[in-house]
Amino acid sequence: MTDFQTHPDRYRHWRLSFDGPVARLEMAVNPTQTFAPGYELKLNSYDLGVDIELADAVQRIRFEHPEVRVVSVGSALDRVFCAGANIRMLAASSHPFKVNFCKFTNETRLSIEDSSRHSGIRWVAGLNGTTAGGGYELALACDEIYLVDDGNSAVSLPEVPLLGVLPGTGGLTRLVDKRKVRRDHADLFSTLIEGVKARRAQQWNLIDGSWPRSSFAEKVAARARELAQDLPERKAARGIRLAPVAGRAEGNTLAYEYVTLQVEPEKRVATLTVHGPRSKQPRTGAEYEQAGDRAWALQAFRELDDALLQLRFGHETVGVVRVQTRGDADAVLAVEKDLLAQRQHWLVNEIVLHMARVLRRLDLTARSLFAIVDAESCFTGALFEAALACDRIYMLDDAAGKVQVAIGPLANGALPMSHGLTRLQCRFLANPAHAARLALEQPRYDARSADEHGLVSVLADDIDWADTVRMAIEERASLSPDALTGMEASLRFGGPETCDSKIFARLSAWQNWIFTRPNATGDEGALVSYGKPTKARFDWRRT
Amino acid sequence: MSTVDLSAKIPNNVGLKDDKRLMRALESWQPKFLDWWRETGPTDFNADQIYLRTAIGVGKGGWAHFDYVKMPEYRWGIFLADPVEHRKIHFGDHLGEAAWNEVPGEQRNRLRRLIVTQGDTEPASVEQQRLLGHTAPSIYDLRSLFQVNVEEGRHLWAMVYLLHTYFGADGREEAEALLQRRSGNADHPRILEAFNRPIETWVDFFCFTTFTDRDGKYQLASLAESGFDPLARTTQFMLTEEAYHMQTGENGVGRIIHRTGTLMKEGKDPRKEGALPLEIIQKYVNYWSSGSYDLFGGEDSTNAAEAFAAGLKGRYREGDGIYKDPKALNASYRLAVPEGGHMVEREIPLRRAMNALLLEAYAADCRRIVDRWNRDLKALGVDAQITLPSTRFHRYQGVYANQPFTPSGELIAREEWQKRKDEWLPSDADRKYVASLMKPVYELGKIANWISPPHQGVNDKPWDWEYVKFH
Repeated sequence: MTDFQTHPDRYRHWRLSFDGPVARLEMAVNPTQTFAPGYELKLNSYDLGVDIELADAVQRIRFEHPEVRVVSVGSALDRVFCAGANIRMLAASSHPFKVNFCKFTNETRLSIEDSSRHSGIRWVAGLNGTTAGGGYELALACDEIYLVDDGNSAVSLPEVPLLGVLPGTGGLTRLVDKRKVRRDHADLFSTLIEGVKARRAQQWNLIDGSWPRSSFAEKVAARARELAQDLPERKAARGIRLAPVAGRAEGNTLAYEYVTLQVEPEKRVATLTVHGPRSKQPRTGAEYEQAGDRAWALQAFRELDDALLQLRFGHETVGVVRVQTRGDADAVLAVEKDLLAQRQHWLVNEIVLHMARVLRRLDLTARSLFAIVDAESCFTGALFEAALACDRIYMLDDAAGKVQVAIGPLANGALPMSHGLTRLQCRFLANPAHAARLALEQPRYDARSADEHGLVSVLADDIDWADTVRMAIEERASLSPDALTGMEASLRFGGPETCDSKIFARLSAWQNWIFTRPNATGDEGALVSYGKPTKARFDWRRT
Repeated sequence: MSTVDLSAKIPNNVGLKDDKRLMRALESWQPKFLDWWRETGPTDFNADQIYLRTAIGVGKGGWAHFDYVKMPEYRWGIFLADPVEHRKIHFGDHLGEAAWNEVPGEQRNRLRRLIVTQGDTEPASVEQQRLLGHTAPSIYDLRSLFQVNVEEGRHLWAMVYLLHTYFGADGREEAEALLQRRSGNADHPRILEAFNRPIETWVDFFCFTTFTDRDGKYQLASLAESGFDPLARTTQFMLTEEAYHMQTGENGVGRIIHRTGTLMKEGKDPRKEGALPLEIIQKYVNYWSSGSYDLFGGEDSTNAAEAFAAGLKGRYREGDGIYKDPKALNASYRLAVPEGGHMVEREIPLRRAMNALLLEAYAADCRRIVDRWNRDLKALGVDAQITLPSTRFHRYQGVYANQPFTPSGELIAREEWQKRKDEWLPSDADRKYVASLMKPVYELGKIANWISPPHQGVNDKPWDWEYVKFH
């Protein structure tokens, strides 16, 4: 089991410090403390272990340090910012691991951008030296990028010419979509192994500025302070503590307080169950501060987040996930009403943003997701969002009308998907008015009405129910995993695209394809050949 | 043999007058070079007449011409060794293919980087040495310094010629940048760290020319094998000049040792006589040799493997056919690396060990120099020796970087290293002492007390001849 829980006291690769409204996050990768054996993390190159710490740092800055307005990202190494993902590690990794690693790093970068967009935190990258590949992609996730001008240091995305793959953390998309680098400049840049030094980097908008070495650290710090001054102060905000999320493993079951992940390896099926609140929940911002990480809305979603990561990294062959819910529908709705009403409170805001991120992680999980709305279910509000994230919704048609689903107050834009739509808007692309009405009226439906209103994929009465669900899952689990990944990614995100959604779309399509092609990972492919005495040999046919 | 055009503004044997585009580019770079020289070269001696060797051809004998010249008027030129007809690439993946006369597109960036890195060291050393003229131990040595300086300047020209000729606008931009970086400048440092250390004293200078210029020799020698023919021919000729610099270093350190040995033999304390105790000389040898080891890069290097595979950088004397497998594909290299406080042997593909191989050849060469010094000590009847430190000692690059090794290559505890490092490397007190000896001796026939006179002078002149005419 991969441990995604860590704490700044235990960081091996990052240093996190605070000076009033400015947090300083310094990369100081320990070369020998690797996630897996067989490689060394030289020059601040990173692997999953390094990125788990970064994800933790981003999360803690948001929840534990509401006073922070600006995060200054830098390196503790001399003349090196970050050399990107470790290539030996990538070359030695399985395909599913590589893709999941890229996906996780992407989600962390998006969390940085999310905090800039919605939490009013500005990120400043101070590139004090060599910045390559994933190192530059980390910088691209920040609001402002500064590169030392020493006639030598450069930013680069060398993946194409050096490794025969693509930058795996949204680099290309962020160049043209986020920074609006001209496409031909981006093309030149992305094929130049040694990268681009300060002067041209600024001309091409790859960076926002540069300073000479002697004053660099001081100028970056000054810029961070200046930005912090321009941002509204958070008054009297006191952070909460995030304790580790602990899942108890017993056999094939991983049990948290509100979440259970149960795997049936031989069937390649998992059941993911989320439970609603069990006790009285805080109602105001102050009460949320008091409750800290024990509030259901935070804890349950942190657990869900961890369970999704365990599923992705620990159970590669599981193809179908039954998504279930349990608990008291009214309790869930009550929590959400309060969350929405108290949204101007910093912590409540962070909790809602976190719920949204976890649901996006669910959207972006490349497994067939079937929501199973059965007699004990509690698909209400954000939990019903989880159902809407699924590829299909199976609902038990009980005669008594007790099996219900309910749309909650957060459905109207508080939990957007990565392409910017609500899950209702995405579901009803043909009928936006219907989506809007559901979001506004937030109805509670029994099975028949839910079906009538387009919220159910398959309705089955109690005679057919068990068999219908079983056969659907068995059938799904027998289909090609690659074809399903492609199909689901295509169908889940109907409608427009955003920079965020493009990053994932391209990851799951192009990068997935390129990673598995012989030109990258065949015996003589470029990624495999990197560092070996022989040169890559390509199949020159273009598609 | 190629014709040398000495009447041209830029002396050359590359037919510059027929290549108007290149001539324009180089002629526009020339004033910037001279500005750089006037600003960061041995500025205070620009008006003096120095008896210097100027390259006037590339043939074996008679390639150099000696005369008095003011340094800013030195005729820096472009000279390539004569081409070998139908030359073939003799190592790497392109084995047996015709050598390239144009840069292959796929190698362009890597090649440019190699040339820029090499080129950057040339002006750097001039900058590092710019104040040494004020403390020369003799007029003979003063001349040697300036000879080294002007030839490093010419080596810069050689690299700039390649950049201008083969790398278009990028090459011109890099050529300008070579004049903009400055040794030891916090904002625009030279690329390699050893070239940012100041060369404060003549002891540093002689050690630098012995050890660091010798790294240059090995780098140039591996580039002289290059499948890119213009690079091979340029560096072949540079090697001819570089040999002089290493002689300057080897003789210089040798003369310091000889002076110390003589005093010891006479039963005198070198320190009391204003000379250098052997242990201080040893520390300077340790410092500069280990710093030069770093210039070879990582012992286990994918970059080196790629440069070899691509036919850009060969092994030392690759062309002499001394290696059995010119593709270096089937063999491996055993490298002892520190892991958890112990040494373990790791086996890496031979191609990745190209830097380690070059370093080995270099260290063997250095050992021969040290042996010669020791033979002199023995001949004097002194029962002490200089030793070359292990290639693991005091490293900042490669597999031994930042690890506590003794000069004999033994892994010890970090605390012990900290405690003992002043036994091995020049301490502040040592540096202060050496600096205190640096007093100029510009009177003909005289020489500083800490160094012996050379056995012979330059170009068949006596050593105490007037090599420098002050204005």
